[in-house]
Amino acid sequence: ESGQLPELPKYVKVVEVGPRDGLQNERVIVPTDIKIEFINQLSQTGLSVIEVTSFVSSRWVPQVAAGATEISVFGAASESFSKKNINCSIEESMGKFEEVIKSAAQMNIPARGYVSCALGCPYEGSITPQKVAEVSKRLYGMGCYEISLGDTTGVGTPGSMKRMLECVMKEIPPAALAVHCHDTYGQALANILTALQMGVNVVDSAVSGLGGCPYARGASGNVATEDLIYMLHGLGIDTGVNLYKVMEAGDFICKAVNRTTNSKVAQASFSALGS
Amino acid sequence: MGAFPKQVKIVEVGPRDGLQNEKMADHTEVLKGIQKFPGINYPVLTPNLKGFEAAVAAGAKEVSVFGAASELFTQKNINCSIEESFRRMGGVLEAARAAGIPVRGYVSCVLGCPYEGKISPAKVAEVAKKLYSMGCYEISLGDTIGVGTPGLMKDMLSAVMRDVPVAALAVHCHDTYGQALANTLVALQMGVSVVDSSVAGLGGCPYAQGASGNLATEDLVYMLTGLGIHTGVNLQKLLEAGDFICQVLNRKTSSKVAQASCKL
Repeated sequence: ESGQLPELPKYVKVVEVGPRDGLQNERVIVPTDIKIEFINQLSQTGLSVIEVTSFVSSRWVPQVAAGATEISVFGAASESFSKKNINCSIEESMGKFEEVIKSAAQMNIPARGYVSCALGCPYEGSITPQKVAEVSKRLYGMGCYEISLGDTTGVGTPGSMKRMLECVMKEIPPAALAVHCHDTYGQALANILTALQMGVNVVDSAVSGLGGCPYARGASGNVATEDLIYMLHGLGIDTGVNLYKVMEAGDFICKAVNRTTNSKVAQASFSALGS
Repeated sequence: MGAFPKQVKIVEVGPRDGLQNEKMADHTEVLKGIQKFPGINYPVLTPNLKGFEAAVAAGAKEVSVFGAASELFTQKNINCSIEESFRRMGGVLEAARAAGIPVRGYVSCVLGCPYEGKISPAKVAEVAKKLYSMGCYEISLGDTIGVGTPGLMKDMLSAVMRDVPVAALAVHCHDTYGQALANTLVALQMGVSVVDSSVAGLGGCPYAQGASGNLATEDLVYMLTGLGIHTGVNLQKLLEAGDFICQVLNRKTSSKVAQASCKL
């Protein structure tokens, strides 16, 4: 019976979203030089993808001029969320994304697609897996090389993660999928494990679990990169990341934003050192 | 993927394990003072015969004994070897059998030891098997310092399940490294249907100051409910109990569900 647990990937790519997603949702504004230092520290950890910042304009020129080598577009599996967040319907947003992705492609700049509310919406409540698959398929069809499926409010559990992925994987190969789980209800690692068991091998996370949940004040948001790496390494999965260096970067940024870390691994490790 | 159990029994260890960092000296008063509802078991920890006798006198109807899969941990914790600890537990188990009182066995350090480091699954299986054969009706396997990850949980359970039926097993995961729910999920996938947790995640980790300890019951119930697994637990009432005790202890909850819920 025990031999029937699904095989896990041998390598997982960890996409670090702390500097953008994380800092964007922190209360304290971080000075530019600190952000740069933070990102430079993360560059020393072995992380191969670090989401640096956000150029929210729909015009891509400033991004390219600043040296961007990759762009991201944010869709949602919920009409209400789309309207409240970017002031247009899902259909309208797809039109805009198509333009951006096409232009970027002409300059050989790859695009990553995000789908918010993949496991639930703060306004609509439950979201059907079919809707998530539909939106993901469109973004993939437009040329996004990877689709990151986000549990925006962290309400998902392993069952809903499994059902959603089963549906999405009918339209998109697992190799092109990533999961972006929030830890608002403490479910992130369990949900990520489920995704890994289904063949996903790209996971978004934020060092120190930076970034609260904007929909529930005081609640936590992103899953902590340290805790994710701890699990992956414990599972014998290669990430290329040095956990200790990530913890150092986490310690640096927490001091800069004047907050305690959301990473349990960091809490345990620094406590042990201190005692 | 392995099918999940349809129903999971949650063993709430908050009042003992969670508050142990505070004192348990008022054990008789507490046991006598609480309302005992039908259909609810109220086990008490009895590490030795004297404790057992006092517990029975105070009205205990179920007791627990603690073993460990690590020699060093046993030495440091109760000042004797694993073998000697079996002899002591044997005394309690005999008396309990005579009194018709069920005994639950705990095995500490099943995924790692603060002193020995790695623990072999075979050692855990050996200790679990011994406790089960001595008469414990259920064996709770504890990741005492929370260092375990899902692969280690799988390997450990595979070994134990060769000697103890899965229906008699429970897992007691600590969240010191944030791994508790993921580890619990794997245990469920392997057929375990009893899980220990502590409301509000009460109880820090005594081996790392400031680090967290028990898995929060609210977060566990949230996951099980989301999985369509029956628990019989009312999350709202649980949140209220967690809020009550955190106010008394003047501490913040360790439950993410509680943190998210009170702000909505």
